Amino acid sequence: MSTHVSTQIHNSANGSIPPTVKPTVKRFRRNKKQLAALGFLSPLLILMMVLMATPILMVIGYSIYNNVITNPNPEVVGLANYGEILGNPKFWNAGKNTLFFTLTSVVVHMILGLTFAMLLNTEIISTKVRAVFRMILILPWLFTVAIVAILWRLMLNPNGVINYILETMGLISGQVEWLGNPAYALFALTFINIWAGYPFFMISLLAGLQGIPADLYEAAKVDGANPVQRFIHVTIPQLKPLIISLCLLDFIWTTQQFALIWMTTGGGPIDTTEVLSTFTYKLAFSRYEFSLASTSAVLILIASMIVAIFYARSQKSRD
Amino acid sequence: MSRKTSIHRMLTGVVGAATVLGLVAACGGNTAPGTPGGDDGKPSAGGEVTLEFMQWWEPELPAGSFRALMDEFEEKNPGIKVELLSGPWSATKEQLVAGAVAGTMPDVVGLDGSWLYDLVQQGSIASLTDLMTEFDYDASNLAKEVQLDGTTYMIPVVNFVYPMFVNNELLEEAGVAAPPENRTEFLDAAKKISALGDNTSGWALPLSLETGNGVQNDVMPWVWAGGGSMLDDAGKPDVENADMVSGAEFVKELWDSGTVTPGAFTMKEPDKVEEFVAGRVGMMISSLAHVNMIRKENPDLDFTVTAVPAPDNFTGKRGINDNSWGVGVSESSDQKEAAFKLVEFLMSEEVNSELSTIANGFPGNVNSVPDFSQSDPLFEEAFKIYQAGYPANQFVGLPVAEELMRIYATELQRALDGQASIADALAATQEQWTAEFK
Repeated sequence: MSTHVSTQIHNSANGSIPPTVKPTVKRFRRNKKQLAALGFLSPLLILMMVLMATPILMVIGYSIYNNVITNPNPEVVGLANYGEILGNPKFWNAGKNTLFFTLTSVVVHMILGLTFAMLLNTEIISTKVRAVFRMILILPWLFTVAIVAILWRLMLNPNGVINYILETMGLISGQVEWLGNPAYALFALTFINIWAGYPFFMISLLAGLQGIPADLYEAAKVDGANPVQRFIHVTIPQLKPLIISLCLLDFIWTTQQFALIWMTTGGGPIDTTEVLSTFTYKLAFSRYEFSLASTSAVLILIASMIVAIFYARSQKSRD
Repeated sequence: MSRKTSIHRMLTGVVGAATVLGLVAACGGNTAPGTPGGDDGKPSAGGEVTLEFMQWWEPELPAGSFRALMDEFEEKNPGIKVELLSGPWSATKEQLVAGAVAGTMPDVVGLDGSWLYDLVQQGSIASLTDLMTEFDYDASNLAKEVQLDGTTYMIPVVNFVYPMFVNNELLEEAGVAAPPENRTEFLDAAKKISALGDNTSGWALPLSLETGNGVQNDVMPWVWAGGGSMLDDAGKPDVENADMVSGAEFVKELWDSGTVTPGAFTMKEPDKVEEFVAGRVGMMISSLAHVNMIRKENPDLDFTVTAVPAPDNFTGKRGINDNSWGVGVSESSDQKEAAFKLVEFLMSEEVNSELSTIANGFPGNVNSVPDFSQSDPLFEEAFKIYQAGYPANQFVGLPVAEELMRIYATELQRALDGQASIADALAATQEQWTAEFK
């Protein structure tokens, strides 16, 4: 900044640029810099316009018509579709299931992720053992959703290995229908999602743990803090920004989980595992109600945006 | 971390939400891959025409066999070439819907009866009645024409029937002398098989809500086998009639007797077949197309096929569920004459016999006879069952057919789970179905 000012003074002293022109030059240089930045960003901005903004705007537009795609002459109905969706008890049931599925998944992901991250970070066990644990614990993250769904459908089958193990251990009697029983299905599905998603937390938190300066723990030790106190007063505060970011991201992703639910239960039995994504999909591709599906999607977007704003604010505070 | 990075991160989060929106939006803007968007579908300078034929049949037939038939067509019709656009069943459906929206459907399309109504509503499928009149086609050889409001839009090329599969070994072990012919015998056999223990069940009922097609393939056949109907004379929903109540109550009776395979509410068709292959289920209603697969997976399994048992005192003709490979012509095709020639070719006696033979299905031409000499003896057995009854898949040509099945499946699950009576479940189904028949 200082170099910049001195150059201007030098120019002025030479009389090459009159003092009255100074603000214009400044503005020109600033604009030039901004244009250059925009030039570099333009491929990304164009891509985002095509791939993100356009579909979003199209769907928002669809949501105010009586029906689109299957209707060659759609008519604008304003917010009527929003009234219909918000007045549909199935939407609220799907919302309730989504909330349970998401909140439980996020909380348990965080607890499991932190526990395993600390296990992998501890020096109590040897490096080799930790490496083995690291490989085993990260396994669920290596499977695609389709594999996870098929794997767990097989394992939770009434004739599957889970029932066999539990029965052998004397914990259950008979064939429990984990995914087929309306009383258990949502819990079973949430369990699968927890299994599939905790490694993301584990790896991220492990990186966070390794970034905490050892001095802090040593200082706490000198002050007489026991391991629990060190965890509460050093580890948690140091990881707090990361935990908040991870939880918010996971909340957004889990809200939109579709493939796992579709491939395991299809939203059933009855409507016990119906979530907002399956509800929306059925509207679009089973009933061909593309406007109502768009309305439902816009409502999901609004909910996601609210969480995204919190995420952005948490990121900003970290910066 | 910079402000830009944080913005990027926020946007990354929003991408997930946008994906849901994009999924819906994509339907509005996508053109089906391979659809005639350019010069493909136009006659070339030499007067040659290239027909695009989208279907899911080629991947399900022995490699090269369907292309060989198309080569034969090209030989017989100089100047017409056929470009096959082949994919799995579900992908074909999605691409047809997308092509219908964009007005770029291929010239000739393979159709499933459950898609037809919605595609016709969009004005995407040409009237075959008009084409048959225009090109002076004799339709008397067709086993079936699928019509909407009196106009034919789809001709079934090959039919796949759904008989009852019976595990002879389990039946014998259970002390049942012969495959059941009526509902009482079926219930008795199912109970005895379930009583064998070792995780065996009498009957497999796939009621997964992912597609809901268990209703069409496993539940409604009980009604159709007794000559019943889920529609009234005007073709509107009539779910609460006596035959429908009786069919649903029989399923409930089977359920309550504990003879149904566990996990029915999330079971899909492949799971059902897998249970049968593993010898854990005594009886299932399934596609005849599964015979070869069962033989391959478990060569030692001793099984047979029989007609779906009818109500006890029923003496009339039994309806039998069948699914078809249907064919139609795109409304947007500008070479309908050539397209109709291909339809004629597929429905001709000789070609239809050959196609039904290699597909292990039954012909759409009444004069065609599949060659069973190289096939499993069960195909001939099933053909006799098919000829003794009549095809009775009533979901063909209905609006949002898949959704109708899902609605019925959901309500039936409610009844089987004890949350509603059969009467209440059927009343709820009737109400929801009526709303879909606008």
